[in-house]
Formats: sequence, structure tokens, C-alpha cells
Amino acid sequence: MNPSLDATKDTQIEKPLPFFSQMSQAGFGDKVFQKLTAFFAFLILFLACMTAFTLWHASADSIHKMGWKFLTTSDWDPVQGVFGAIPYVYGTLMSSLLALLIAAPFGIGISLFLTELAPQKLREPVAFLVETLAAIPSVVYGLWGIFLLAPFMREHIDPLLIKYIGGPFFKGPSTGLSLFTAGVILSIMILPTITAISREVFESVPNSYRESAKALGATNWETIQLAVMKPSKVGLLGAIMLALGRALGETMAVTMVIGNRPEVSANLLGASHSMASVIANEFSEAVGDIHVSALAEIGLLLMVITLLLNIAAHLLVWFTTSKFQR
Amino acid sequence: MSDETAVKDKKVRAAVEPTIAKSETRKIEVRHEEPSTEKKTTKVKVDDACAFFGTKQALFSVNMEIAEKEVTAIIGPSGCGKSTLIRCFNRMHETVPTAKFTGDILLDQKSIFAPTMDPVVVRRRIGMVFQKPTPFPTLSIYENVIVGLTLNGVRDKKVLDEKVEWSLRKAALWDEVKDNLQKPGAALSGGQQQRLCIARALAVELEVLLMDEPCSALDPISTSKVEELIHELRQNYTIIIVTHNMQQAARVSQKTAFMLNGKLVEYDATEKVFTNPSNKLTEDYITGRFG
Repeated sequence: MNPSLDATKDTQIEKPLPFFSQMSQAGFGDKVFQKLTAFFAFLILFLACMTAFTLWHASADSIHKMGWKFLTTSDWDPVQGVFGAIPYVYGTLMSSLLALLIAAPFGIGISLFLTELAPQKLREPVAFLVETLAAIPSVVYGLWGIFLLAPFMREHIDPLLIKYIGGPFFKGPSTGLSLFTAGVILSIMILPTITAISREVFESVPNSYRESAKALGATNWETIQLAVMKPSKVGLLGAIMLALGRALGETMAVTMVIGNRPEVSANLLGASHSMASVIANEFSEAVGDIHVSALAEIGLLLMVITLLLNIAAHLLVWFTTSKFQR
Repeated sequence: MSDETAVKDKKVRAAVEPTIAKSETRKIEVRHEEPSTEKKTTKVKVDDACAFFGTKQALFSVNMEIAEKEVTAIIGPSGCGKSTLIRCFNRMHETVPTAKFTGDILLDQKSIFAPTMDPVVVRRRIGMVFQKPTPFPTLSIYENVIVGLTLNGVRDKKVLDEKVEWSLRKAALWDEVKDNLQKPGAALSGGQQQRLCIARALAVELEVLLMDEPCSALDPISTSKVEELIHELRQNYTIIIVTHNMQQAARVSQKTAFMLNGKLVEYDATEKVFTNPSNKLTEDYITGRFG
């Protein structure tokens, strides 16, 4: 028997313990661990605050010169020193929205198939494959977009959209480099995120719900609606929000296919621009301090927009689920 | 219970668990009922039922006839196949991909496995209540009760309102929830949730109610409420209850089936099974010698 352990047992009350025997007590390790993890958690908060502060600091010139006009005008002329962010905000939001509209039904459909319908043997391999898509670097998606997706859109998809839907949203001629192509490529990039998270959400639904739905005479489809989809609403919204976060910040692939023209137009087949891609494109060749400052302000704006959308999503969750799950 | 067995029981129990060797823990009270003179019709007939999960056989040629408007209890140690058996009654075993079933189960003389029988219809006639209460978490009490009907496409508000009240009254829950029908079903207590699940099963055209250890997650007061409810429901429904609790089986049922290792060992009137079992294994089990 270890004598120091004996000592901790018997002499605890009588005299203070030597340092090393205190170390061996269970409580000490727990405390260190708790402090350490708390430190890591605060580090994240600190980094986020520092990033915001740095951006704010760097964009001071632009904020001072342009004021609110930065948010309300759409002229972007570095030579004249005029900066309006609207086209970039529009491009970012529209391409992300398009991506969500395409990817959400696909992603949720895939994960429903994988958790509820697919044969057991197929589930793991397919899920693994879909999740591998997330590991492909975005510049590779961009190259694929330029060489394959954009010409394919130009020749096959876009003419059909112009012919059968048309209107203000799909106007030719199409170059293939457009808001719509950016949306498509983004949707492929966020598909693994949506699929992986919604798959986990569905898997966490207790089997007893499925059984009771079946025991009430529900068909497969009704069981999925009643016992799987409904309890998963919050989780699915979480999956979509995480994917939206990725879509908003995506730079390389978007900049390679969006056409890079700062324009606000309802035509989805026209070229556009995005916040992340304007920073990437112009930062290294910025003319003058004010231009750099304006780009920093775009970065700050992107951060704020992401934050606001996340808050909005949380509020949405709060209000839609308040009745039952709060 | 014969005196001799009772004495023997006490000795065994006292030797194994001296702390709970009080006479009341050993006493299994059987509700004494005069055997009805009329011959009850058979509601469910199990004919040579064998069930397999993959290569493992879970049921070995089970034969039983379950009379209409009676409570049949199925007892036996864990893993003896009692849950498997009642899950076959409404074809729930089919939801396990590797499960296989041979033999037949007849509901009112018609096979529930016949090609013309839709499992969806079978499950509406033969409802099921599970061990853990499972009200749908996103639905209100009201919606939980009628969920089987809305699945069926019933939309008429008046019909639904009536059905909700009728089912909740039947399930002895109406008085407790009538002012809170829009509250979430998950906000009720465990016992209330279980009665809500019973109401949910009653709301469709139920004939047979399967209960898979319906009280094992409930406190004693909720348990006694559910047991009372079983007595009430017996007037109109055929009830099959799987239970670990032999006292409960004795209290609520008219017939008791004892299963062991996937085989039906004994199936007889409850009073007989608990006081004068014809099989040695049954006697050993109900006197607490194993299981």
C-alpha cells in the first residue's frame, strides 16, 4: 500500500498536507481541467472581439468618409474614392439564398434516405462519401466550376431557364458566369454540411416515436413526417444556418464563377459580385489607404451580417418552438 | 395458493433476500371472478408462430387463443420472447429488417398476414402502447389524441372534437386535461402521458389493445390508475398485456400466459396459473426461484 495515500486518509484533519499529496487528490485535477477549458472558451470570445475590433479600426477611414452612404449607395469607384457596398451585399445574400434553396431539400432528402429508408449496408458508405465532399478545397470547386459547370450551365441549363421560366429573373444572353452558377456551386459546397448535420438530427430522434407512429397505422411517409421531421425542426434550422454561414463566407469558388461585376439586377443569369470575392480580388492591388479601409469595412459588414442572420435564426427557433420545447 | 407452496416460498425468499422477506411481498392476490358461463368468442388466434431475428429464433411454435373482451397477461423473464410475440400481433415485428415470421395470427378468423390485409389497417384495429410513454413531442394533447384520425384524412372539426373528448374520457384523462387541451402532450406527467397514449390508440377503430410493459416506467399511483383503466376498457376491448410484474398480471388479467426461452410454457386462467400451476417451470418462476 502506498504510504502517501495512507497519509491523506488519516491525517487530513490534523495538519495541512504536503504539496504533492494535494496534487494527488482528485479535486485538484478537476479544478485544473475546469480552468483550462474555461480559458479556451474565453479565448474564442477574445479572438472574435479582437477580429471585430481590428476590422473596425482598419475601416475607420472609410467609415469616416462614407458614413451611412457606404450601406445605401451602389457606386464602387476606388479611383474617385467612392464606395457603396450594396452590389456586394446583394450578390452575397442572393447567391447564398439560391444555394440554400437548392441544397436544403437535397440535403434533407439525402439524410432522410440515409437514416430512414436506405438499406443498412448502404447507409455508412454513402454518408461517408457525402461528407468527403466537405473536405475538397474550395479552389478546386472553383476550377471545376470554371471548366465544367459554367460552360454546362451556359449551353444546357440556362437556355432552358430562359425559354421556360424567363421573366426578369432569367434573361439572356448567358455567359455561364453568373449569380445563378455561383448559387449552384455554393449549393454543392454546403450540401455535405446540411446532410451531415440533418442526418445526426434525424438519428437522434428516439426510435420510440417511429414505432408509435407505425403502431397507429402510419405509412412510411407519414411516420417520417410525424415522428421524424416534426421533432427535428429546430435541428434542421441549425443545419441550414450553419450551411448559410459557410455560403456567406465562401470566397474562392464564388469569385471564379460569379463574373465579378458589381451590379444589382434581378436577372440571376447576369454577372454579380460578392463581399468575400471583392476583398480577395482587390485587396492586393488596392489604390490608396481609403480603398483598403473600404475593403476592411466590407469585411466588418460581412461579419455583422453573419451575426445578424444567426441571431435571427435563433429568434426564429425561439418563437416557432416556444409552445412545446422551450 | 396452497399452504405448502406458500411456506416454501417464504423460506426461499428469506434465504435469498432476507431484507424483503415480508409476507406481503410474496403474496400474489388474484382477483377472484366467477367463471363466465357463456363461451367467449376467440378474438385472436396464434397458430404455430415462430419468429426469427436473422438466424436467431426468438419464438418457437407458439399456439394460443385469446378470447374477446378479456385481459390476457403475458409473463416471463427478460428475453423470453413476450415482447416479440405481441409485436407480431400487429405486425410491428416487420419494422425490424432482419425479422422473419412463420405461422399465422388470425384476427376474427382472418389472417393478419393475408395479402389483402394492409399492415396499416391491422395496426388501426390492433393498437399498441409502449413501455415508455411516447406522445409526439411537437403535438398538443388534442393533436396527440386525434393523430391516428388525421393520418386517415379526417378533417371535420366537430368529429375530431367529439372523438377527443370520447377517447380522453375512455382513457380516464378527460377531467385532468380538459382545460389544457392545447398544451403539449410532453408536458403531462408520466402516468398521464401513458393514458394519453392509450387514448390515442382508442381514437382509431380499435378492437385489440396491446400493452408492452405499460407501467414499468410509472410510479405506483400512476400504475394503479392505468390498471383501473385496463379494468374499464375490458368491457369493450380485448387487451393483451406484457408485464414483468406478476402482481400486476394477477390483478388485471383473466388469462395468463407464461413464456420461457421463446416457448409458451403455460397458458390458463390467471387464478389457476398463480395458485395451482400445472407446469413446474411456471411454479418456479412465480414463486421467485428464477427470473
